[in-house]
Amino acid sequence: MNPSVVIVDDHELFRAGVRSELAEHVEVVGDAAGVETAVPAILAAEPDVVLLDVHMPGGGGVEVIRQVAKVRPEQRFLALSVSDAPDDVIAVIRAGARGYVTKSISSAELADAVRRVADGDAVFSPRLAGFVLDAFAGSLPATQVDPELDQLTAREREVLQHIARGYMYKEIALRLGISAKTVEAHVSAVLRKLQLSNRHELSRWAVQRRLVD
Amino acid sequence: MATVAPPAERTRPQRRRGRGSRRIAVGVALLVLAFLLALRQLGLLFPDAIVWPTMLAAAGVALIWRQWGGRGRPAPPRTTVPPADVAGQEQRAAVRNLYRGGFGVALIVGAGLLFLYANGALSGFGDVALTALVAIAALGLILAPFWWRLANTLAAERAERIRSQERAEVAAHLHDSVLQTLALVQQRASDPKTVATLARRQERELRDWLRGRPPTAERDSFAAALEAAAEAVEEAHGVRIDVVAVGDHALDERGKALVAATREALTNAAKFAGEAGPVSVYAEASPQRVQVFVRDRGPGFRLDGVPPDRRGVRESIVGRMARHGGSATVHTAPGQGTEVELVLEDGRGD
Repeated sequence: MNPSVVIVDDHELFRAGVRSELAEHVEVVGDAAGVETAVPAILAAEPDVVLLDVHMPGGGGVEVIRQVAKVRPEQRFLALSVSDAPDDVIAVIRAGARGYVTKSISSAELADAVRRVADGDAVFSPRLAGFVLDAFAGSLPATQVDPELDQLTAREREVLQHIARGYMYKEIALRLGISAKTVEAHVSAVLRKLQLSNRHELSRWAVQRRLVD
Repeated sequence: MATVAPPAERTRPQRRRGRGSRRIAVGVALLVLAFLLALRQLGLLFPDAIVWPTMLAAAGVALIWRQWGGRGRPAPPRTTVPPADVAGQEQRAAVRNLYRGGFGVALIVGAGLLFLYANGALSGFGDVALTALVAIAALGLILAPFWWRLANTLAAERAERIRSQERAEVAAHLHDSVLQTLALVQQRASDPKTVATLARRQERELRDWLRGRPPTAERDSFAAALEAAAEAVEEAHGVRIDVVAVGDHALDERGKALVAATREALTNAAKFAGEAGPVSVYAEASPQRVQVFVRDRGPGFRLDGVPPDRRGVRESIVGRMARHGGSATVHTAPGQGTEVELVLEDGRGD
């Protein structure tokens, strides 16, 4: 069965485009153009996945996630944006989105990403994988490290590096000699660390990077 | 006598002027003191009650004239300073002027009080002083809202001016870049490849501008050089290249060689696998080593089937990496795409 989707984006052209492109792969059960209309639409439709634009008037995607999560914490979001600025990405992931893709993604890939999020997996684009590797690089003073949350395991790094190199999950599984499910488990673990870790890089990171750039 | 070097004068006009004001005030005060003492020496007997207040008052007058008289105007803002800075400087200068002028007034009033006190004129005037004080306080309370509103209006006007300047700047930029590209796109609407290339170039340019960083060509780092190489190949072959770079460092000779090898690998990927989808570049730089992966989704090939006269890979990639103490490996198989792995270990020993 195709997953049900609500599209939240303030660009009407874009909503219409996604609707027609994904028609075969997903069931679009609603759309909204802003934060205020999105929250009731999502709560009424209870879709498998919300395709969520990051930049919108009235607080953006982060605000939608925050408000919906109060009532329906199990709702799954896939963030979609033209922006690949690190602070946007990190903010929306930390708010609770289960993936982040840019709008230049092909419709086949987008359909695949929606299905993956509907199944409860995480979707990392190559660029997001690069951000995460960057954010978790560098060492912390040993006293401050919570190894559960503040560091990536060697395997997780390996999986992320392969995503950044442009490999699909299936290809990664083949190359590393593990199952696709295991790859997905690693990515979900990284997502959890991304959301829960207190590494100050994750909050300060974007700012620092701007200064370094 | 003036020991301030010329460059300091140019970079810190405000500071210098401030020091000048104080010096002039002290100088005038000392001159007046010397004059009065000289007169006293000549036999014209001034009591202390006149000498000291006069000196204080002279210093105060000098300060006030310096600040509010004809010569104390704030220097015109330098044109190279961004608008926000100019506003900040103006504000700071205004506050400084106010303080200095206020100090001058305080000196003169203090001198007057000192004079009156020394002459015993203040005794019995306590009630009058209190009355005056209360009157001044009341006046202050009445005028405070007006003053507050005036200050707010000024600040709002300044903010509005800055905003309109910035808006004009943004408009000019969009005009020169995005609108031009859109015009070109409409002209070439029948040529999808050119349109895609135009759009990609404009996208990159706009992203750099939005992030407030200089174009890749003007940045001097390994990651920037890598991105510039990818952009060049992308433009030459009309193939989309996604670059993800983790970590960065300054560009040295070996880094340049690595970028050149990457560029060669990208050119190959664009030529032989450009139709099959975007080419991915992933670079990871750490102090110990730098790794670059160039991956395409093309048909792939059999490594042992490459004829020996194909020099692209052997010379430009493998050979170049070897000469700089690195290595290049090609992973490929028919139907699996191709990935070129370039590694530079930090071999400072060679």
